[in-house]
Amino acid sequence: MSEFLNMGGYAVYVWSSYGLAALILWLNWYLPRRQHQQLLQQNKRRHHGTGE
Amino acid sequence: MYLWFNKLGSPPHFYRIAGKWLPWLSAVFALLLITGLYGGLVYAPTDYQQGESFRIIYIHVPAAWMSLFVYVVMAFCGVVIIVWRMKLAEVVLISSAPIGASFTFLALATGSLWGKPMWGTWWVWDARLTSELILLFLYLGVIGLHSAIDDKRIASRAVAILAIVGVVNIPIIHYSVEWWNSLHQGPTVTKFDKPSIDMRMLIPLLIMALSFQIYYVIALFQSSRAELLRRERNSKWVAELSGGN
Amino acid sequence: MTPARKKRLALIGLMLAGIAVGLTFALKALDENIMFFFTPTEVAEGKAPRNKLFRLGGMVVEGSISRPGDGLTAQFDLTDSGKQVTVRYTGILPDLFREGQGIIANGEVGDDGIFVAQEVLAKHDENYMPPEVAEAMQKAKEAAAATTTN
Repeated sequence: MSEFLNMGGYAVYVWSSYGLAALILWLNWYLPRRQHQQLLQQNKRRHHGTGE
Repeated sequence: MYLWFNKLGSPPHFYRIAGKWLPWLSAVFALLLITGLYGGLVYAPTDYQQGESFRIIYIHVPAAWMSLFVYVVMAFCGVVIIVWRMKLAEVVLISSAPIGASFTFLALATGSLWGKPMWGTWWVWDARLTSELILLFLYLGVIGLHSAIDDKRIASRAVAILAIVGVVNIPIIHYSVEWWNSLHQGPTVTKFDKPSIDMRMLIPLLIMALSFQIYYVIALFQSSRAELLRRERNSKWVAELSGGN
Repeated sequence: MTPARKKRLALIGLMLAGIAVGLTFALKALDENIMFFFTPTEVAEGKAPRNKLFRLGGMVVEGSISRPGDGLTAQFDLTDSGKQVTVRYTGILPDLFREGQGIIANGEVGDDGIFVAQEVLAKHDENYMPPEVAEAMQKAKEAAAATTTN
C-alpha cells in the first residue's frame, strides 16, 4: 500500500495532479448545481409573493 | 429530423430532458471513473522510461482532448447562433466556456507537474504549450466578453464571433508538435499507424477519456439548466415550473 | 435555408478562410522563432546563432557520457544521426537523462567548439510500454541485427 502511495518516488507530482483534477471537476459540478437550486428557490418566492 | 431539432431546441423541453438524463449520466460517469482510475493507477504497468510518473497521462491527456473538443462545440454553437439565432445554442455556448477553461487549465497544470520531473522544467515556450495557453485565454475571453455585455442576446452574438474566430487555434494545437520542433512529444494515440502505447496502458486511457466526455455532458446540463432559468425567469414555463399560479 | 441565413453562413466561411490564410503567412514568417531548438546538423551548417544563447536538440550518443573533474560536470555528444556536437553541463540532469535519450540543451558554443549548456531538458518519446516489453523489443532488435550481419 505504501509502495502504491509512493508512486516510485513521484508521489508529489502524481497525487497533486489527481487531487487538482478532483477539485476542479467537483467545482464545475457543484457550483452550477448550487446556483440552480438558488434560482429555483428565488422563483418560488417571487411567484408566490405576487400571486397572493 | 428538423422537427426533432426544433423541439430539442425549445428551452422548456431541453430543461426537462436534461433533468431526466442527469441521474443516468451520473451513474455511468461514476462507473467509468472508478474503472478508469483503477485501470490507470493499479492495472496499467509501469512505463519503461518514466516509471510511475507516466500515470499523470490519465488526467493530462483526457483533459487536453476535452479542452479541444469543448472549444469545437462552442464554435459550432457560434455558427448556429449567427446563422439560425437559436436560443439554446447561446446557452450551451456560454455554459461550456467555464468547463472548457477548466479542462484547459487542468491540462496545463498536470502537464507542468509531469514536465518538472521528466523534462526538467515546469514550463517552456514551445509551440504546443504556448498554443494551449492561448486556448485558455480564448476561453477566458469568451467568459469575460459575455459578462461585460448586459443584454445577453447581444452578448451571445459577440461571443459567438469570438468562438468562431478562435477555432483556427485548434488545428494549430493539434499539429504543433509535427509542424515545429518542440519539447512536447508527438501524438501517440492518433497516429495513423498503430498507436505506440501498450494495450494495458491504452485501455484505461480510453476509459478515462470517455468518462471525461460524459462528465462534460453532466456539467453542461447542470449549468445550462441554471442559465436557462436565469434567462427565462419571466417566461410562462418557468413560472409553471415553480408551481406558482 | 432562407437567403439571409445563407448569407450569414457564407460570411462566416469567408471570415474563417481569411483568418486561416493570414495566420498561415504569419506563422510561416515566424517559423524560426517558433522552432524550439536547432539540430547538430543545423549548427554545423552555421544556421544557429553565434555568440547568443540557443537551444540544441539531439540524441545522447551511446558511451559518450563522461564526467571530467568534480563529477558535477557532465560532458556528452549529441547527434541527429548526421553531425555531432559535444555538450558540457554543470548541474542536476533530469530523471530521463540517459544514453540514447532525446535531449534539449540551452546554451552557446564556446571558442573550443564545445556547446556549454546552462540548462538541460529531456525530451521523451511518444512510446509508452512496460519495461518487459521494452526489453523484449531490444532483444528482438539485437537478434535481427545479428542475423543481418551474419
